[in-house]
Amino acid sequence: MELRAENVSRRFFRNSGQANYFYAVKDAALLLTSGSLTEITGRSGSGKSTLLNILAGLLEPTEGRVFLDRVDLYSMADGPRSELRSRCIGVVPQGQTGLHSLTVLENVKLPCLLYGEKLSDASALELLEKVGIADLKDVYPNELSGGEMRRLAIARALVKKPAILLADEPTGDLDDENTQKILRLLRQEADEGTAVLLVTHEREAAAYADRLYRMDGGILAEASAQ
Amino acid sequence: MRFASTLALKNIKRKPGRSVIMILLAAFLAFSIFAGSLVVLSLRNGLASYEARLGADVVVVPYEAQTKGALESILLQGIPGYFYMDESAMEKIRGMEGVEIATPQFYLASAKAGCCSVALQLIGFDPETDFTIQPWIQESYSGTVGYGDVIVGNHVSLPLNHSLTFYNQELRVVAQLDETGTGLDNAVYASMDTVRDVIKNAESLGFRYLGKVSADKAISSVMVKVADGYSTEAVMNDINVHVRKVEATQSKSMISSIAAGLSNVSRIITLLTVMIWILAIVILAVVFVLIANERKKEFAILRIVGASRQMLSRMLLTESALISAVGSVLGVGLAALVAFPFTDLIRTRLNLPYLLPDAGTVAALVLGALLASVLAGSLSSAVSARKLSRNDAGLVLREGA
Ligand SMILES: Nc1ncnc2c1ncn2[C@@H]1O[C@H](COP(=O)(O)OP(=O)(O)O)[C@@H](O)[C@H]1O
Ligand SMILES: [Mg+2]
Repeated sequence: MELRAENVSRRFFRNSGQANYFYAVKDAALLLTSGSLTEITGRSGSGKSTLLNILAGLLEPTEGRVFLDRVDLYSMADGPRSELRSRCIGVVPQGQTGLHSLTVLENVKLPCLLYGEKLSDASALELLEKVGIADLKDVYPNELSGGEMRRLAIARALVKKPAILLADEPTGDLDDENTQKILRLLRQEADEGTAVLLVTHEREAAAYADRLYRMDGGILAEASAQ
Repeated sequence: MRFASTLALKNIKRKPGRSVIMILLAAFLAFSIFAGSLVVLSLRNGLASYEARLGADVVVVPYEAQTKGALESILLQGIPGYFYMDESAMEKIRGMEGVEIATPQFYLASAKAGCCSVALQLIGFDPETDFTIQPWIQESYSGTVGYGDVIVGNHVSLPLNHSLTFYNQELRVVAQLDETGTGLDNAVYASMDTVRDVIKNAESLGFRYLGKVSADKAISSVMVKVADGYSTEAVMNDINVHVRKVEATQSKSMISSIAAGLSNVSRIITLLTVMIWILAIVILAVVFVLIANERKKEFAILRIVGASRQMLSRMLLTESALISAVGSVLGVGLAALVAFPFTDLIRTRLNLPYLLPDAGTVAALVLGALLASVLAGSLSSAVSARKLSRNDAGLVLREGA
């Protein structure tokens, strides 16, 4: 499976006035293919998360189109698009994103629960094992550290074995050891056939990437290939 | 979408403070509408039954009784009354033009002293001419009311065949009447022969209720039925002009003063209920909007893991429906707990006929109140649910959001 962005732009209005808008993302083209890990770096505020949300089908671009294989994501209604996202796209969002009324284990199973799919506790636990927070399975998110919460989000994004994985600064709050662990995990996912997008600040991440992009003021540009 | 309710339940449980406030608001809605409409319905019901029981067109009592409002006290509140006149007044009324039937009634209350085994208000009627009490008795008792027999009102707790002593007279309970919601429920009923003897006994026991009236000829009131084609008002005026020391009243006017009181009370209750509803719905809606803002991040997370906007609003609606269902059951339950055991207190406080509707009507009222408040609760969350289901870039997770 592949995810392709064709000249997508996203305009936002500034709060100050009507005609006063700016591009958070401008004319970005990107292809994520099965088995490859693509990395985007860039300063804070350069538009990385906006692009990632557009790719995830969460934020409609003001111009351009996003294709999942042959399907134009934004030509679909919200319902089917959400269902498609649930099936094919795993997202590790920025920030702390555990649902407070669910335990760690339930949070990881959430994408399955949402569509009434069965998932054994064992396979969810296996994922928690992989990201190293299995012993916290019955804990509620408000008791987790930032790094543990981030790993919870990674496990949750992987739970339905998505063809596309979009990770927005997944190692943000992690120590070196865990950062390496997660980067290796993402690499392993790519090797197993997933199309992985990694938005990050980590310098050592480049070693794991197949392709490297830089984002600057909403403009996406290829940096250097490996 | 079973998961929507599972998640809703978990949300309710994990945010007990928020949930309790919402549940209380919903309970408030249900309580007010159920209690309010129960009271209003009971009042209407009470008035209808009072009207039916009064039966007569014109009621004649001794002059001093009317000025003290003694008859209304007996009929409405069951307050003991003693007032008597000579039956010659009735004979005179019977002879007047436009009077179809005139029948006597006798009122005698038990004294506190040791004459009587229980405290009672006795109402006597003349089986030959009575047209107001006997139809009522026939609704629950088909036998005849013989000498020494009494029929007890609905609120008199004496078992059938129970014997009691009333001014040394042996009386036996033969039947119990249906409820009227008025003072009539606290009285016991006997025929003229019985009552006459009781009055005589009272006299010989030294109770001076009768004044100058002789026990053989004492009656308390005269119920008049006006013949077709005659004006009730004219008959009443005739009596007032031609019969001495009595006061005739149109029963219509007795009822209309009650009806006025009733419509006042109903209006106040309705107004209060409407105000409570507007207030509670506005508060609920505001709370839902505030909560939806606070929960933006939660909704964004759900979106990320694949929930559609429609699923989000359905979750929110499920949650509010659950909360308002729990609150409504609580509110109606509480209202029932207050309204039913305290029926008598409400009646005496309002000082109006008050008769609970039958079980079917109460059941319909319960259902209606539940439905209305669940609907109101869901409706107030619909505002925020709608906001969720509109296209909104704010539902995307952003740094620090
Ligand atoms: N919903 C929004 N409304 C207005 N401005 C936004 C919105 N989302 C992002 N922006 C702006 O777009 C720019 C890019 O943001 P973002 O994509 O989050 O950057 P990055 O992830 O690279 O730090 C920022 O200036 C941000 O303030
Ligand atoms: Mg970002």
